[in-house]
Amino acid sequence: MSVIAPNFKLSKFIVAILGDVFWILLLVVLVGIPAIFIILFYIPLPVINGDLLTPFLALSWLVNPTLTIPIVKAFMTTDIFRVMAFPGFGFAVLLAASVIFIERKMMAKLQLRVGPFYCGKVEGILQLMGDGLKLISKEIIIPAKADKPLFWAAPVLFVATAAAFVALIPVAPGWVVADVDLGLLAVFAVIGFFPIITILSAWSANSKYPFIGGIRALFQMVSFEIPLILSLLGVVMVTGTLNLSEIAASQSSFPWIIFLPIGAIVFFITMLAELERIPFDLPEAESEIVAGWLTELSGMMYGLVQLGTYLKLYAFAGLFTVLFLAGWHGPMVIPPFPSELLANGLEMGPITLTIDGFPLFTQEMLNGTLWFVIKTMAVIFFIILPRGVFPRVRVDMLLNLGWTKLIGLCFVNIFIALGLIYAGVLGPGGLQ
Amino acid sequence: MATELPSNIKSSDVLTDQTSSKWLPPGLALQKVDERIMTLNVGPQHPGSGHMRLIVQIDGDYIVACDPDPGYVHRGEEKMAEYRNYITNIPHLERPVIHDSCNVLYPYVLGVEELLGIEVPERAKYVRVIASELNRCIYIMYWLAIYGIFLGHSTMFMWPAGDRELLIDLMEKMTGARVTHAHFVPGGVRNDLPPNFEEVCLRQVAYFEKRIKEYAAVFYDNPILIARTQDTGVLSRQDAIRLGTTGSVLRASGVDYDLRQKEPYDVYEELDIHSNVMKEGDSYARSKIPWLDMMESCNIIRQALQKMPKSGSVRVKLKPNPKGKGLNTVYKRVESGRGSLGCYIVSDGKPEPYRVKLSVPSFRNLIALPYLLKGEKLGNMPSVYWSLNYWPVEADR
Repeated sequence: MSVIAPNFKLSKFIVAILGDVFWILLLVVLVGIPAIFIILFYIPLPVINGDLLTPFLALSWLVNPTLTIPIVKAFMTTDIFRVMAFPGFGFAVLLAASVIFIERKMMAKLQLRVGPFYCGKVEGILQLMGDGLKLISKEIIIPAKADKPLFWAAPVLFVATAAAFVALIPVAPGWVVADVDLGLLAVFAVIGFFPIITILSAWSANSKYPFIGGIRALFQMVSFEIPLILSLLGVVMVTGTLNLSEIAASQSSFPWIIFLPIGAIVFFITMLAELERIPFDLPEAESEIVAGWLTELSGMMYGLVQLGTYLKLYAFAGLFTVLFLAGWHGPMVIPPFPSELLANGLEMGPITLTIDGFPLFTQEMLNGTLWFVIKTMAVIFFIILPRGVFPRVRVDMLLNLGWTKLIGLCFVNIFIALGLIYAGVLGPGGLQ
Repeated sequence: MATELPSNIKSSDVLTDQTSSKWLPPGLALQKVDERIMTLNVGPQHPGSGHMRLIVQIDGDYIVACDPDPGYVHRGEEKMAEYRNYITNIPHLERPVIHDSCNVLYPYVLGVEELLGIEVPERAKYVRVIASELNRCIYIMYWLAIYGIFLGHSTMFMWPAGDRELLIDLMEKMTGARVTHAHFVPGGVRNDLPPNFEEVCLRQVAYFEKRIKEYAAVFYDNPILIARTQDTGVLSRQDAIRLGTTGSVLRASGVDYDLRQKEPYDVYEELDIHSNVMKEGDSYARSKIPWLDMMESCNIIRQALQKMPKSGSVRVKLKPNPKGKGLNTVYKRVESGRGSLGCYIVSDGKPEPYRVKLSVPSFRNLIALPYLLKGEKLGNMPSVYWSLNYWPVEADR
């Protein structure tokens, strides 16, 4: 550390943070609170439950858990919470951000270097924030002959489609944004949008390298969609349902990867190709076609596409977990919520506090989420790993792999599934 | 370089300037545009080009024609050499390839020694061989790093770039500079080896050899790499000789031609040198020969350290501002990291050379590129291009 960041001292860092906190508190106390009280002096105060809502009363409500916890709990049952925060976009973005950091540090360790180091003082933990700020502050340059509306729309559409994909992934029992009966078909439908958006962006840029990259992406995604769909047929046959939550629930005793390993391997390889990860990163092959279909994207347009790419990465890894690794199932490791706390309340000196609405989350939900995150992270680890080992493949090698070998393996997998069903080992709903 | 017309355009299709209202100089003609053919300007601002431009015409995924356009980093080193005397030319003439600076300087120093009639001490010759072989490894590591990232293999970019530091540290101990050493001078080397050098050198070289053997597992034995580079850009033995390629490109096509063996200079004839030859002539063979050369260099360094006289002078004191004897010419060549590197010096009895001409291997290897890329897929372009062991700055001088 002394060589790389010679001026860093933990004591100075802590003193700097304490200094910031001191000034913020001082400004709030001397300027902020008096300003609020002066404003409140001039506006008429409302009457709620027979009480005049004085500033004192409002502040005491804010810190009263018996009033706030039910409000929070009611908010958590709404759709907007599911879409924005927990199983939906916010959760996925948080995971995607941590994936970017883990990927960079992991590749650095593999390649005998340090990786992000300065930003955020501790092992470069805020590097992603810095990159995001840089991308936001950059000028967006549009090629003069580009088809501007389409070119602008493509990155936004890309993120929206990736978010739609995220919405279909069940995280814990009952915790899914869109619990569609034909969930797997919906997944295939959403995946089908990516090549269209890619070729729209590439074509509308009206430039040579994006055009070649877009055509390559189109080749790759279209030719790998067929093995992708076929490799999941085995799972659908043994479970007898297309609903992702039911597929995950059917694996309570065994994950399907034990019975259908070939399907899992084929799905993993097609996943790498759909995600444009190394060794299948032909659409972004730097030494051949600059940055492929991303060449003309600048500033936050590029940032949005990257965000969409990592959301897609999370969604695919989550899909693999749900289909082959038993989703949220796993040994119970979260301790149950203390029941005497619910019955007797919390004794704090002279007062006893009983709170309605606790616990916020059930034990099953927390445990399921934990196992889902662990398994998804493990899948993402294996998705990242080839980047350190393999060079890029060529277009003809890629198409040969997709159209001949993988489709053949898919049929082998389907026959294995059929054999298991007819032999009576497995039937719809799991082990017989 | 003359551009051949792409195979699917007939010469009758080429329009003369009768329809266009624009004036064209005599001899130039407008070419009819084929709508299937797309022209890509790969470089100079392209991550896969180096300091040059490749004008590539593609039909779908196949390259129809490729026209290399070097010259973006021409600095006139040869002309500058005419205005400086024999000693002050030394830091200039290593600039074309700073990563291989000892080898670039070697033919010039050998030539000046012959012109001025200087006899070099035995120990200095061994020190030169050691420095030259270390520098060859440093150059090849840099080349290998770029070859790795051209194939999308980021680990193969980081590992050689990091392991190169071992030998750079060794060269720094030896010469005082990390990259531009200016170590060879007419009459020997600039300064003697530091104390304890032999022990440190043997240890570092042993570790270096262990490291580069590990590259086989991650790079040279990688099935995807082999599938991608084998049978691409095949240069036959006859074509390799006819086009005048040198060094690793020539040896990958099955021609056993290493100047250290065939025309030994300094003390190379006293050392046991094995020349690496492969018969395939494809991109994979061309990328593997430099890697094998590095192991051979490690052997040569060990031999040289063993046979080197343990003490003695390493430099003959020259007269200040030495002059050549009348009108005289000399041509010397050495085996550099890229191939045969020649230096032609004309002296007219003044303190400055009348003319210095470098015959560089990079340019000679580049000549093969349009022939190799014709009919290849676009995805093979970076691997074929960089497997030619080409250094843009050296080609431009």
